[in-house]
Amino acid sequence: MQYAISILLSGISLGGQYALIAIGYTMVYGILRLINFAHGDVFMVAGLMMVYLSAALPLGLALPLVLLLTVLLGFLIERAAYKPLRTAPRMSVMISAIGVSYLLQNLATYATGGLPQMYPEIPGLSATVTIAGTSVKWATVVTPFLVVALVIALTQLINHTKTGMAMRAVAKDFETAQLIGIRLNAVISVTFVIGSFLAGIGSMLYFTNYQSVVPLSGALPGLRAFVAAVFGGIGSVPGAVVGAFIIGLSESVIKGSNWSVFSDAFTFALLIVILVVKPTGLFGEKVTDKV
Amino acid sequence: MSENLLKIENITMQFGGVVAVDNLNLEVNKGEIVALIGPNGAGKTTAFNVVTGVYQPTNGAVWFQGEKIIENHPQGKMKAMYKGQHAGEYSQILAPTPDKVTRLGMARTFQNIRLWKSQTVFDNVLIAKHCRVNSNVFSAAFRLNRKEEAEQRANVEALLETVGLADVKDELATSLPYGKQRRLEIARALAAEPQLLLLDEPAAGMNPQETDELTAFIGEIRERFQLTIFLIEHHMNLVMDISERIYVLDFGELIAQGTPAEIQNNKRVIDAYLGVSEDA
Amino acid sequence: MKRESKSGAWMVLLGAAALLVLVTALENTLNPTSNIMLFMALQKGAVYALVAVSMNLLNGFTGLFSLGQAGFMLLGAYTYAILTMPVENREAVYYIYNGCAVNFSLPELLGGGPVGLVLGVVIALILGGCAAAAVAWLIGLPVLRLKSDYLAIATLGFGEIIRAIFQWDKLGPVTNGANALKSFPTFSSFNIPGGLRLSTFMAFLLAGICIAVIVLLINSTYGRAFKAIRDDEVAAEAMGIHLAKHKRLAFCISSFFAGVGGGMFVMFANQAQAKTFTTAMTYEILLIVVIGGIGSVSGSCIAAFLYVAASEWWLRFLDTEIILSNGFKVPFLRTGFRMVVFSIIIMIVVLFFRRGIMGDKELPDLLRPRRKEGAGK
Repeated sequence: MQYAISILLSGISLGGQYALIAIGYTMVYGILRLINFAHGDVFMVAGLMMVYLSAALPLGLALPLVLLLTVLLGFLIERAAYKPLRTAPRMSVMISAIGVSYLLQNLATYATGGLPQMYPEIPGLSATVTIAGTSVKWATVVTPFLVVALVIALTQLINHTKTGMAMRAVAKDFETAQLIGIRLNAVISVTFVIGSFLAGIGSMLYFTNYQSVVPLSGALPGLRAFVAAVFGGIGSVPGAVVGAFIIGLSESVIKGSNWSVFSDAFTFALLIVILVVKPTGLFGEKVTDKV
Repeated sequence: MSENLLKIENITMQFGGVVAVDNLNLEVNKGEIVALIGPNGAGKTTAFNVVTGVYQPTNGAVWFQGEKIIENHPQGKMKAMYKGQHAGEYSQILAPTPDKVTRLGMARTFQNIRLWKSQTVFDNVLIAKHCRVNSNVFSAAFRLNRKEEAEQRANVEALLETVGLADVKDELATSLPYGKQRRLEIARALAAEPQLLLLDEPAAGMNPQETDELTAFIGEIRERFQLTIFLIEHHMNLVMDISERIYVLDFGELIAQGTPAEIQNNKRVIDAYLGVSEDA
Repeated sequence: MKRESKSGAWMVLLGAAALLVLVTALENTLNPTSNIMLFMALQKGAVYALVAVSMNLLNGFTGLFSLGQAGFMLLGAYTYAILTMPVENREAVYYIYNGCAVNFSLPELLGGGPVGLVLGVVIALILGGCAAAAVAWLIGLPVLRLKSDYLAIATLGFGEIIRAIFQWDKLGPVTNGANALKSFPTFSSFNIPGGLRLSTFMAFLLAGICIAVIVLLINSTYGRAFKAIRDDEVAAEAMGIHLAKHKRLAFCISSFFAGVGGGMFVMFANQAQAKTFTTAMTYEILLIVVIGGIGSVSGSCIAAFLYVAASEWWLRFLDTEIILSNGFKVPFLRTGFRMVVFSIIIMIVVLFFRRGIMGDKELPDLLRPRRKEGAGK
């Protein structure tokens, strides 16, 4: 029983953290039709920046600074690596994304010397609490609530502000949106800023639980979050969140069983099954190609 | 003798709640040139796409060379939504992919030219021969099919000579002027050795002189390859010049059929094209 | 036209033969220990050239963006290692699992000695390729229906699944679990003791034959059909090309050669371990393809050698701290800097030289005199 609760709790919190990453994927995909392979690495870099900044600055200053720098990083990546390829074939942009991911990982290896970095304790998040006989970190408990709050705020933004309306228009039709005077680049930048901001918050929650950051820390959580986004229906924010919780829970259950080697294999098998059976995911809209 | 090569039987194509083609019946006899005309959005290209296997019709059947090649009836959600006629008359499902339809003996061109952009004129035509290849991937890779390959190449040379593109055969397909690209697309379709050639607005975007040349060209290739031709067209000069029979579609429905002279004097056709004046 | 392509083929064949002779000459005149970097780079370069060309067949020539290359290499690598490891070594390698479930070795079955070795290795490599192709055939059915980027992510996921399966404890008696497979024939097994050194020659020969087969395929009627699918799927289908069949064919053939390449990779690396065949390896190969030019076989080959030489050899110095004679410490140089410089170079290629080294041209195209002016007029 206790074991079941601990698995449930860690699954939910993992799901919440994936949700924060998955939103970045789903929004970028919705607008640019690009799998932003570098997104997972932005998440990892946010973790590393926290390690370095918290060593030099008081936490109260380091925390917002990390978020700011993460947002800046996401913005710069888009401007430097994706914007010049706006008219290029989709394959080129995807390759550029893979290149950025490679660069970030190598930069991280250079900075850390390849050694795992201990994530700092964040007061309030790192402390443990006992729920139904299971001791967990506050981060685990806080995650689902924080995620729900952020998602509500985000959907308000998307549905009820001018920027949100512009984002929806661009997602629907790139060219027409430009024709009616929407500033495409601004909208895309906002998307990357939001995505990176959420990934930054996600990294704080995730690494508080996992404690150490290595250059490859972002790759797998990134891919899992992407699977979550596809599962929920790419382009849909609520879909990504639901998908992420399902992926998080199943990962936690499998990790707790005898089949732990297969936790990633399961995630990807799930992905392939969804893509084949229902490529639009749980909440995705159907897109038809014209002949 | 009117042996029909292509027969479209009670075809209805419904997208969601929109009926794009409504109960179309049409026959193309061997050796004929038949045109399908109608205002924009009348459902001509949709009908074409049904015949060539790009779309699966909602209801009805298509016969080719006396054999039923396509058949469908409303299924699933469409059962309740179906607005067309002849429901329940068809029970089989025959849905060949476009490549299969082509191998059966009909080849098409596209309204907006779709050549293989990175290939030369020669290769564009040569690739279309691929569907008639007998060798498998091993014999092809290890050059055990020399004879077949040489035959194909000679065939393509001859075909390019016939259609007057031999002098540009090593150019990139996309570097040709527009009129020649159209001609190349027709040559490519011919390379697939069809009995029925389907032309989707072959004169779209052409000036009068080019259109005249094309008209002559279509007549020529029909003679030489003993083809049957089914075409969609807007240029009335071309249509009236070469077609033996004409079908007219409007809002998905067949409103007239007959010889060019009959069609020119058909009141419904004139109304459909010019609109009915309000005080009439 | 005909004669021209024939003379081109002879030129290529002659060039390849000259290259083989040169490599053998180098190997037998230069000191193998002091030039170890050169030969490492040459061998690994040959392996990567093959794998990159096989990826190019899919991504560049058929237009299917697949990222499963490392997974297929892994299949080939393990098949090769398991089939060729001498029986007497199995006890020691599989010590955790009390010996191996597969108790034969192809080179020994074929009579041992040099003939057995060559035959056994070649057959094992081919079987490795077949294993990869068979799996590709199975997963191709559902996966190839997906559109470009979904296909990429699904094949990437497939690579991860394969890796997990091969590391699974329960399969230990066959795969040795997460541990490495060792002491099977490698490239250096082809050095005749006291005689000719043929290890690099072997790598070049095997890769060369495979690449030649791929080139023949690309220039055959099937290769032309692949290119048609890449250029315009709808038109290809309308002209009678069976899309599903041809995509699957390209996928299986590409995987076959990736499998062979995987076998050759472990011949180079002296050991086979699932954790080497990561997504990062696929990315590496993809970047080679991009640098060489998507749709150019010779580009992929040149880029493979450049990439391997630069990353393993020429840029090595970036990883060590250098203090000049006047006591000045060159900034930035320390472990990891090489890869940073490297990834920046790659980003520059991706962003500003999108056509790569060769674009979609081949080497013979460049050597051929331009014959546009006045031709036919």
